[in-house]
This record gives sequence, structure tokens and C-alpha cells, in this order.
Amino acid sequence: MTDITSLTIGEILAGLRGRQFSSVELTQAYLDRIDRLEPTIHAYITVTPERALEDARRADQRRAAGEDAPLLGVPLGIKDVLSTRGVETTCASKILEGYVPIFDATVVERLYGAGMVMLGKLNMDEFAMGSSTENSAYGVTRNPWDTERVPGGSSGGSAAAVAAGLAAGTLGTDTGGSIRQPSSLCGITALKPSYGRVSRYGLIAFGSSLDQAGPMTRTVEDAARILQVIAGHDPRDGTSQPAPAPDYLAEMTAGGQRLDGLRVGVPKEYFVAGMQPDVEAAVRAAIAHLESLGASIVEVSLPHTEYSLPVYYLLATSEASTNLARFDGVRFGKRVETGDMWDNYRRTRALFGAEVKRRIMLGTYALSAGYYDAFYGKATQVRTLIKRDFDQAFEQVDVLVSATSPTTAFKLGENTEDPLAMYLADVLTISANLGGVCGLNVPCGFDQAGLPIGMQLLGPALGESAVLRVGHVYQTTTDFHTRRPVL
Amino acid sequence: MSDWKTIIGLEVHAELLTESKMFSPCPVVDSVEAAPNTAVDPLSLGLPGTLPVVNMQAVEYAMMVGLALNCEIPPVNQFARKSYFYPDLPKGFQISQYDRPLAVNGYIDIALDGETKRIRVRRAHLEEDTGKLTHEGDGSSLVDYNRAGVPLLEIVSEPDIFSSAEAEAYSRKLRALLQYLGVNHGDMSKGVLRFEANVSVMHKDDTAFRTRREIKNLNSIRSMVRAIDAEVAWQIRQYESGGAVTPATLGWDEAGGKIVVQRYKERADEYRYFPEPDIPVIEVSRDWVEEVRAHLPELPDAKVVRYTADYGVTDYEARRLVEDRAIADFFEAMLAEGAPAKQAVNWMLGGLFRTMNEANVGYDEIGRIRITPAMLAELIALVQAGTINNTTANTLLSHMWESGQMPSALVKQLGLEQVSDTGVLRETIETVLNANPDMVAGYLAGKDKLIKALMGQCMAALKGKGNPQAVTDLLAEALEARRQ
Repeated sequence: MTDITSLTIGEILAGLRGRQFSSVELTQAYLDRIDRLEPTIHAYITVTPERALEDARRADQRRAAGEDAPLLGVPLGIKDVLSTRGVETTCASKILEGYVPIFDATVVERLYGAGMVMLGKLNMDEFAMGSSTENSAYGVTRNPWDTERVPGGSSGGSAAAVAAGLAAGTLGTDTGGSIRQPSSLCGITALKPSYGRVSRYGLIAFGSSLDQAGPMTRTVEDAARILQVIAGHDPRDGTSQPAPAPDYLAEMTAGGQRLDGLRVGVPKEYFVAGMQPDVEAAVRAAIAHLESLGASIVEVSLPHTEYSLPVYYLLATSEASTNLARFDGVRFGKRVETGDMWDNYRRTRALFGAEVKRRIMLGTYALSAGYYDAFYGKATQVRTLIKRDFDQAFEQVDVLVSATSPTTAFKLGENTEDPLAMYLADVLTISANLGGVCGLNVPCGFDQAGLPIGMQLLGPALGESAVLRVGHVYQTTTDFHTRRPVL
Repeated sequence: MSDWKTIIGLEVHAELLTESKMFSPCPVVDSVEAAPNTAVDPLSLGLPGTLPVVNMQAVEYAMMVGLALNCEIPPVNQFARKSYFYPDLPKGFQISQYDRPLAVNGYIDIALDGETKRIRVRRAHLEEDTGKLTHEGDGSSLVDYNRAGVPLLEIVSEPDIFSSAEAEAYSRKLRALLQYLGVNHGDMSKGVLRFEANVSVMHKDDTAFRTRREIKNLNSIRSMVRAIDAEVAWQIRQYESGGAVTPATLGWDEAGGKIVVQRYKERADEYRYFPEPDIPVIEVSRDWVEEVRAHLPELPDAKVVRYTADYGVTDYEARRLVEDRAIADFFEAMLAEGAPAKQAVNWMLGGLFRTMNEANVGYDEIGRIRITPAMLAELIALVQAGTINNTTANTLLSHMWESGQMPSALVKQLGLEQVSDTGVLRETIETVLNANPDMVAGYLAGKDKLIKALMGQCMAALKGKGNPQAVTDLLAEALEARRQ
């Protein structure tokens, strides 16, 4: 039998239902693999072996008692930006060291409800600010395809864990590309749902109007399974969409293995200068493949794309500058005690890392009197134009396709001295967050160095079924997603 | 002195009496009585990952106040983040409303010395209250988050208030409105209603406003009046002596009767307002506004009109009755018990208020005293039925105040029933006349006034319980009988 840690969630569920192995056996196999590979990869900030085995035992008991659930006994990892009751939640920041939440994020609660076994909390850029996971206060995560390279970010731990077989699937979060870009760099499949499709309750906010949690997996089908569990209205999130979630697995497979009648848009602005030639070639080949499956290919324009990066860095940092104000050492997390209230504030906040401080300052500046109209105000107006670009594009086509990242994984330290170069890593993903649309990364090739390349499929708001269907049909007719790094 | 005019704008913060907090299901408790940090939840503490969800009851309450203040309710209102740091503010920002408040452009008409004056209300907006800090003797501070997140309505007047008396009238009227609407019980000592006065003065030759200073921490309307008077006097003295007034936030030292400078404002506050991304804008349909308007309770001005028209109550009496919702409720409950309006007013504003005064109980506490509307209505009925007379009724009122028993029960218990039995009355009168032959002779000789003394003797012999009309008639009859 193959190594059970290489199975997809669909295969795991079949194995558990067929009594080929137990959840305890599977969980133990993952914990053993974590023991072996974590010193190299460092995908996790916290591993919770006792809890995982306890969850697994309970899952096996439930199954023995004739129960079943969508993810009963499936070992998953959770990005450390999601609140987990009783398990330290750090956001990869020193300021939250030792913080043990008293409540679960809605997505975590729903995964538990569906039978998840939680393996632990995954590494990330501090407060999800970064594109390489190098901004973690708890050490860098390494790309399983080349451990001298970054896994991308900010959900780098979540992506590396799936690529290295350290979890059957994970949750990441995406504010400007933080699910899709690391998935691309690590050669896995992942979905950023439409804004409001998945509850943000318990997701420690970076950019409140942009953040979404989503599944990071080996296959589109697995992503759909997790999405099915976490999607849907949550009364605890005022921005949650009231529309019920459809049956994603059913809608995903409805069209069979062909894409006849599907209109695929290729946004010309997304094939940017400075794109790695291997990446462009692989994405063009993938587009040709979609066409061979019956899809019609249409060139479209998203004319305001060039403004996405500045708009994003004004809006996200403005929101972040207030979201991070609560980390003051008064009620939770670390407090540096000096004997003076204002000094306590100052010294406690000095625990924030450099990138977090930089973004707090940017956002504070953008919201200041005299600058508000020129920065935050103007950015809000341009955001409306970017949304309109998507609205108009999705009148012509069903999905949009592009590269997810203009390059494959870069070397550790390569971009850390140049924040702007790092920000450019998200240039193809950011618009989707500003527009509130959904985006899927699907592996579509490898560069000359053998590093994975990802294709991004964008769908309209609440159009998850469309991108999942295209991704699924693509994966049933290609094998890029089945390749594994040698570890 | 009269070269100067006073300009006041009032900002009023009213907590709304909702069951749960502004943005979470956490219950609202009496933040003075409850043990610290017992009414908190992850959101009240600003724990990471929590999200605000609007309490629609608070929105409706705020709309009720807006409509009662004759405001426009714009079709859209929006929450905003107001950033500043203080330990009583859990998130490092307060969720408030900024450029899209819930209610705008209203007014309150106040009556002062028989004249009506209109004070414009600029806006009313929703926000969340902060926690409470207690500073310990050792230099440390304790924070109680029970109050954090309680719905707060901020009501801002235009600078249309030109004296402390007008400020008082505005405040009393506003407080009464909030009580009538049932959205705030008006207890300033508990901080559920807080007034801030922006005060400046203007010389008769001025063409623009001068510097204003803001007085906070006023825990009664009386304190506010005293504080405004002190501040106005200070500003005028300052200008007349060639000094300057710089912007400042002030407190009021009630015991010392003086203004205390809390901090000077060297530059405009920087709150970095921007739209709250966690809360979608609130759309207020015209149907919703009209539905809320249709369910508004009767407000004080309308009650005054009704009382004077329907019950023959004077304008002065009607205004006293509606000054506080509890008083009007008491009055209307008495009517419901069948008491005639005129007697009900007389007994409330007369005997009952006197009794409350003597016991040092505020009129606004009328709903919490032992005497109920039913008891006072029965007292009036007993007088009207001739069971007791007015003197006995006044005595009974004190007994009712002490014991909380129904007057009919007390009449039996204390043997206070009026004596109307003609036989008993005649017998008593004969005894009194026989014992006072000089007075009888004097009366019969033309000294008419002596009948009052004889009447007094008769009533004393009857222990005050004699039916006054019957005693008067029978006494005259007995005296006339002796003329032969």
C-alpha cells in the first residue's frame, strides 16, 4: 500500500469508510512525518499531537458507532491567524506569544463539526503581512521543492504542509493573494472564496474588507470538500453573505470532463512585463488545454489593474492600522510592564516586527487629517472602478485565467531588503480581493529548475462552482497536481 | 455685563436600554451595581478575531429618539472607526458614526418664562460606550469592561442655547423625551445620561464666535447649570481683564463649586475616522421610518395638549405632570382607576408631592413609592362617598406612605370612618351645647362667629370624624331650636 500521508482527502475518506486504516493510524502517520520533516520544512508554529490523537480516537469511535461526517477523521492544519480555543494562536507575532483563545473561529468550529482532526497551527508572515513567510517571528518556512527557497506567503506554512505531506489539507487566509501565491509556489491547489462566502469570525483581521479564509489541498475536489464545510452564512459576521452555499461537489462535476460552451477570459493586463518566461509559457499552454477541452478563449481587459497594488496598499494598511490597535498588552497577549501606562503601550508594541510596523505607519498616514481624501478616499473610489472591471468582464466570460504569481519560488532573503519587490509578488492576485471575487490556484507546470507554476482561475462573486469546475476538469486531464517533491 | 452674550452647545450621551450590547449578544447590566467584568464577552474585550454585528434594537431606539427630536432620518447611515488609545477602549478604536449619522436636522422646543424657544438639534448618532477606569491609590488603575460596548446615542445641539436656564430647560426636556420613549431611565448619577457643554461668550460687537471650552463629567443638571454659570463668569472676567481663553477640556468640582482644567487642546484631535469595514451600511427604508413613527408613544407636548383639553387641567398643572414620565404614568394610572382628573391632580401635586418632599423623595421616583395610583384613587373615592372627610384623608395619606396599605383597610383598622349617623351627631351636639351655655347665649345674642368655635368643639368631641356638612346643619338646627 502507498504511504497513507500521500492520499487525497477523497481517498482518505474512502479508506476510513472501507476500514482500510483508522484515523488514529492516519494521524500517527502524519505526526511521524511531521517529526521527520519539520526540522527541514518548519511549516508549523504549534503541533498538537495529543489533541490530534484524541480527535482521531473520537472520530474512530464515532465511525465505529455508525456515524459519518464530511471530514470525519481527516487530519488538517490551521493557519495560525485563526482563533483556536485552548490552542495558542500567535499570528506568527511575538506580541501574541502565549495567547490562548477562549473561542474557535467559525471555520474551525465548522471543521470540528465535520469531524476534523487538528494537527496544529501553521506558520505565516506576521499578521499575514508578507509574501514569503519570512516575516514570521518563529522562523522561516522552507519550500518543499527547494528548501533554499521560500514557500510564498503569507500562508506559507499552510502551503508547504500540504506540499510536504504534513497535513491532508489546510486552511489559509488571503488578503491580497496569501492563499493563492504560496499555493502556486508550492505546487498545490487552493481557493480564495468570494468576500463574504466564508465567515471571518475568529480570523484575526489584517484587512477587514479583503480577508477570506479558504482551503489549501492537493486537488480541486478536496478544496470543494473543505469549502462545503466552511462556506455559508454566519450571523456573527456582518459581512457574511446570506445566500446558502450550493452543493459544490455536485456542481463541480455536473459538466463531465468537457468544457464545451465555457467562455474563458484572458485579461491582457495580467501578462505583465517582467514575468518569468517559463511561467508565461506554462499558463499559455494551460489556456490552450482548456480550449482543447471545448472552452472558447476570449481576450478581455481589466483596465484598472495597474492601480490595484497602490489601492491595496492604501486600503489594507489603513484597515490594518486600526485592526492592530487592540494589541496593546492591556487585556491579552504579551505585556511589557514598565510602571507607566504610556510606556507599557510603547514597549509592548515594540514587539511587532518591522513589516507590521511599516504597514501600521503607512495606514496611519493614509488616514490622517489632510491626507485622507488624497489617499484612503481616492483608493476607495478606484476600488469601485476595479470592481466594475470585473463586473464587465464577467458579463463576457465565465472565468478569467492568468498566472497566479509572475515568478516561481524565489530564494530565501532574495526580496527581504526590498519591500516593493516583495509587494510585486502579489500583483496578479490583489485585484481579486479588491473586487471581492473568488480565485483558485491550480498547478499547471514546472520551470526549468523544477519549481511549480500555478494557474489562477478567477470567478465572479459567489461563482466558486465555476472555477472549481474548470479546475477539476483541468486536473482530471492533467497530472501536474499529482507530482510530489522528494523529501 | 449685558455687553456679553452666552453661547452654549450641548452634547448629550445617552445609553440605550437594550437587552444586549451594541455589537454583540452580551447582556447589558447596571454598570454601577454589577461586579466588575461580569458582563463581558470576547467582543466586549476586543479579543482578536471578534466582529461587530449591529443590534437592530439599538438602531430602532435611536430612530425613535431621532423622530421624537423632529429629525430627518437619512436613507443610509454608516458606522466609522474613531481611533485613539486608552485602556478603557478595548479595540484601540471606538465604533461610532461620522459623516453619515442616523438622524440629522431636528429641534426641541423649550418653554421658558411663558415663551417658547426652538433649539436646533444638529445630529444624533449611534456609537459604543467605553469601559470604566478606576484609579487606585498606588498609582495603578483597574478597568471594568461591563460598560464597554453598551449602545450609546450622542445627541448634538446647535449653539442655540444662550443661558444656563435654557440649557437646563433643554436638558430636562431631552431627558423626559428619552424616558417617555423608554430608551433611557435618565439617571445621571449612574452615568447612563451624560451632558457636555461647549461654552463660549460673544461681545455685542463681535461678528464671529470666540474660543469655546468644553465642560465634561457633569453628573446632574444642577451641576451643569452651576458649571456653565461659573465658566461664563470666568470667560467674561478673562476678556475684560485683557486675558485670553484657550481651548480646553474642563471638569466640574461639585464640592468645591469650581471649574477644573483637565487638559488644554493644543491642536485639533486626530481620530483618523474611516468607514467601519466590518459593518455594511444600514439602509433605512421610508416604510421602516413610518412604522417606527407610528409606534412612538405619546410624547410630553402632546400630553399637555390632551390634559388641558380633555381633563380641564391648567397648562401649568399639565406641564408639571408631564415633566417626568413616571409622574404622567402615575396620573394616567389614577384616571384608569376611576379617579376624577381634577381631584387626581390636586392630590398628586398637593398632598402626595408634599409628603414626598417631607420624606426627601424626588418626584421622578413616584413609580417606586409605597403609595400606588390605585391607593390614591381609592382615597379620593372614600372622600367623595363621604366615608371620610378631607382632614381624615390627609391623616390617612401619612399612614399609607408608611404602611403601603389600602386606605379602606386603614379606615377600618384605625376606626376613621366618618360619623354621619344623625342620632349620634345630635347627641354629641346637645352635650357640647349644654356644656357651653355662655357661647350659646352669645351666639343667640348675635355673635354669629361663635358657631365656628362650637363647630370645632363638636368635631373635637367626634375625634375629627364627623361629617362636616351634617354637623354644620344639625348644629344650626339645634341652636335655632334654643332661640324659643
